[in-house]
Order: sequence, then structure tokens, then C-alpha cells
Amino acid sequence: MTSSTDKFAGPGPDQVYYEHLRNGNFSLPKCKDCGELHFFPRVVCPHCGSFELEWVGLSGNAEVYSTTVIRRKPERGGNYNVCLVTLEEGPRLMSRVEGIDAEDVKIGAKVSVQINNESDEPFVVFTPTKEA
Amino acid sequence: MSHELRGSSAIVGVGLAGCGEAHGRMPLDILSEATHNALDDAGLKLSDIDGLFTGSSYHFMPTLSTAEYLGIKPKFSDGSMVGGSSFVAHTLNAAMAIKNGLCEVALICYGSNQRTAGGKLATMSEQQIYEAPYKPRYPISSYALAAARHMHQYGTTRENLADVAVAARQWAKLNPEAFARGDLSREDVMNARMVSDPLSLLDCCLVTDGGGAVIMVSSERAKDFPNKPVHVLGTGTAHWHRQITQMPDLATTAAVDSGKRAFEMAGVTKNDVDVVELYDAFTINTIMFLEDLGFCAKGEGGAFVSNGNIAPGGILPVNTNGGGLSCVHPGMYGIFILIEAVRQLRGGCGDRQVKDAEIALVHGNGGVLSSQVTTILGTEATL
Repeated sequence: MTSSTDKFAGPGPDQVYYEHLRNGNFSLPKCKDCGELHFFPRVVCPHCGSFELEWVGLSGNAEVYSTTVIRRKPERGGNYNVCLVTLEEGPRLMSRVEGIDAEDVKIGAKVSVQINNESDEPFVVFTPTKEA
Repeated sequence: MSHELRGSSAIVGVGLAGCGEAHGRMPLDILSEATHNALDDAGLKLSDIDGLFTGSSYHFMPTLSTAEYLGIKPKFSDGSMVGGSSFVAHTLNAAMAIKNGLCEVALICYGSNQRTAGGKLATMSEQQIYEAPYKPRYPISSYALAAARHMHQYGTTRENLADVAVAARQWAKLNPEAFARGDLSREDVMNARMVSDPLSLLDCCLVTDGGGAVIMVSSERAKDFPNKPVHVLGTGTAHWHRQITQMPDLATTAAVDSGKRAFEMAGVTKNDVDVVELYDAFTINTIMFLEDLGFCAKGEGGAFVSNGNIAPGGILPVNTNGGGLSCVHPGMYGIFILIEAVRQLRGGCGDRQVKDAEIALVHGNGGVLSSQVTTILGTEATL
């Protein structure tokens, strides 16, 4: 009984995720059995069903998987981007690309993570990756 | 050996109410009027119903509120909630309940006043906390992301999307009960106000009021009703995700599995299908579902829906009532595709009747391409 509850000790994955972001770290759970990472953070690996997970830091490199421009009147703030990005490490999440017009976000574009701390809960956004 | 549920139950009554605008009515008023019409159609009384299957965006415990309103005391109830596909899924649960003697007369029903109540989509959905910071517009942004990905992977075009809307409108023009019956061209759809790229206002389903009801009994009992029974040959369900971020491949839905399961239970193939009724919340749905159900190869849906192929006179009749795009769409649409399929298989659909229709495929969608449910219906001759 003790051994099965130990791995669940401490705060849940949602709290750990945001705690990492508040400390400037973008991290996700990685499965100790199959090696896959997942998003959104859970207590179980959705790829293989293992409960043996560890938190790992991410490179912050990603690629735009799909993108849309949500049309909004200028007086209400204008158009904005919503996209899905696939992280270099595998997981996909919803985000937005900042620093370019919403219309210019293209599928396949390389992007890099930024942690946005403007609201109570931090969240990640992406900016176009500068060519090396 | 065929599945024990194949053809074990049949639809003997269908009813619509308040489709379009139903001023001054609450959702359960509309649902109850549709139930009245379905009972009339079947020659049954309210007191005959002993099984209740319903879903709602208005009532947290929809079977309780609906039975209370109708004044019925069902022996078996099921309020399984998989969005707009719920009512198609209910055919499987009703068939199981009837087969096992848990109820004899099942009512599947829905009603909504979405349009006259102000057009807002009523929802009891929880906030998706990892999506909320980006302010996606629900549900359209999720479908737009899928459409953009399908276009990227397979070269699907906005013209292809527009052709789905045009075909739906051409069917609606043959249906006196359809809400939107004016002329519509590919250019009209392409030039409509963009909402969430690549989807314009006319790539989106209507916002109407409306209710629908379906009565199911055992196939043995179904012989004694005023209308030709329509048998439930097979139903398959599948879901792979809830939020769009979790969809494994945005260009392929779980209809791949639900369709396969339904065809297996029904013991038929796509070549046996005479008429197709799909949940077209957005134009991209029709393209993806036709691919995933096997009516064309993956990636060829765009070409398949073009050139009038799914319009009246085309190679495959799809969404013969005009669909959610042009006929009716009150929040959740699943019940209406069941009803149109039953009407087609009975015959008597007037100008839009598919000649000699014996087998219909009904495909429901729920959430954001999340829940996929396929039902195959057939006439007496297909048993």
C-alpha cells in the first residue's frame, strides 16, 4: 500500500506544472516505462498506462501543427491567432504565436517557447524561431 | 453468424417540432411537441413509453426533467451525454434495453430553443483549463484547426468546403421543411465573412430552434404499426479525445472505428448504402466523415464532394434534408439525421426522395470531432 501511494505524494500534476512555469521552467511528465512525454499533465501515462512518471525540462522548440485566425472587430481588439504546436519532445498543445500577424502563422513553422506571466496563472506562448 | 442486436429493434414513430423558430417556447415544450408527433405517427399513447433516452444542454439531469415534464415513469432511462451524437448512440442503448426486456417502448428525444433564446450555444461544459488562456472560440476554432490541417495534408481547398454547403442547400431547396432555402453559390460561401480561418460564416451550421423524437420497439412488435418499420441493423461508437489538442491526427476522426463497428454489426458494406445522413456542424465534417467511413480514400474527400457528387442527382445522396448547414440545427443535431434517414427509408419524401432507398447510414458527431457514432438502418427487406 505504502509503495503504491508514494509516487502520488505531494501536489498533483496540474499544480506541479504551474509551479514549474512560475519558476521559469517549462516541464512535463515523462514516462519511466515507455519514455514518452505527455500534455496535459496527468498521474498516468496516456501512451502506455504506466503510473511511473518523472518531470523533465523541455527544449522549448516546437513546430506549428495547425493554425487559425479568429476574426474580431478592431474595436474589440482585432484578429488573433490560435494554434496547435507540436513540441520537439512529442506532445501537442494549444497556444498562440506572438510577434507576427495572426495571418502569417503557417503550419510547419519553427517556434520557440516564452512563458507569459501577465495573468494570475502563467501560460506558454511561442515566437518564431530565429534562423541560426 | 450475425450479431444478436442486428435488426432486433425498429423505429416505428418519428416526429419533429418547432424547427426554425419556435417563439415563446422552452426546450422541453418543443421536445414534448415532437414527442406528441412521434406518438401520433406510431399510433401510441404517452403512457405506452417505458424507456426514455435523452440528452440536453439545458437540464443537468435530462432524463429526470424530461420524464417529470411528460408525466411518465420510465422503467429504464439513459441520459448518456456524448454531445450531438448522443441521440444516435441512444439507438444502441435502446436496442440493448429492448432486447433484454428492460423496456418495450423506447422514446429518444431532444428539444432546443437556441435561436429564439438569443442564439447563444447553451452549455454546461467545464472550462478546458489548458486551452482557456488562448481564447479559442467554441466549437468553431477546433473545427477550423482540423480543416486547416486537412487542407495542409491533403490539398483540400476552400472551394471543396464551399461545395459541401452548396450541395446541402440544393437538397434543402427540395425540402419544404428546411430553414435556409435561398440560392447559394460557391462564391457566396467563399466570400462570406470569415469567422475562424479557413471557415466562413457559411461553412457553419445554422442556429435554429427545433425538437425531434423517435420511438423504438422490438422488431417483432414493429409489424403492427401504421408506418413501415425501419430496423436498426447496427450501431458503432468510438471516441479518442475530448479536447482538440488531444486528437491524435486532426485530419482523421474516430469515425474510422465507429463506422467499422456499425458495418460489422449490420453485416453490410458501404456499397449497400443508398443514402447517407451525416452530422455536418461545419463543412469540413462532411469531407472527413465520408473519408473515415470509407466512401472515398483518405485525403480524397475534397474531390469526392465536388462537382455535385453529393448533391441531388449525384453519385451518393448525402444530407438529403439539407443538413445542419441548411435544414435545422438547434444546438445538438443527432436526432434529426435519424429522423431524415427513417423518412427516406419509408419513402414519401417528395422531391428529395432517394429512389428505392433500402439502407441508410446515419453518422453522429459530438464535442469537437470527439464522439463518433454510426448507425445503419434498413427496411424490412434488409433483415
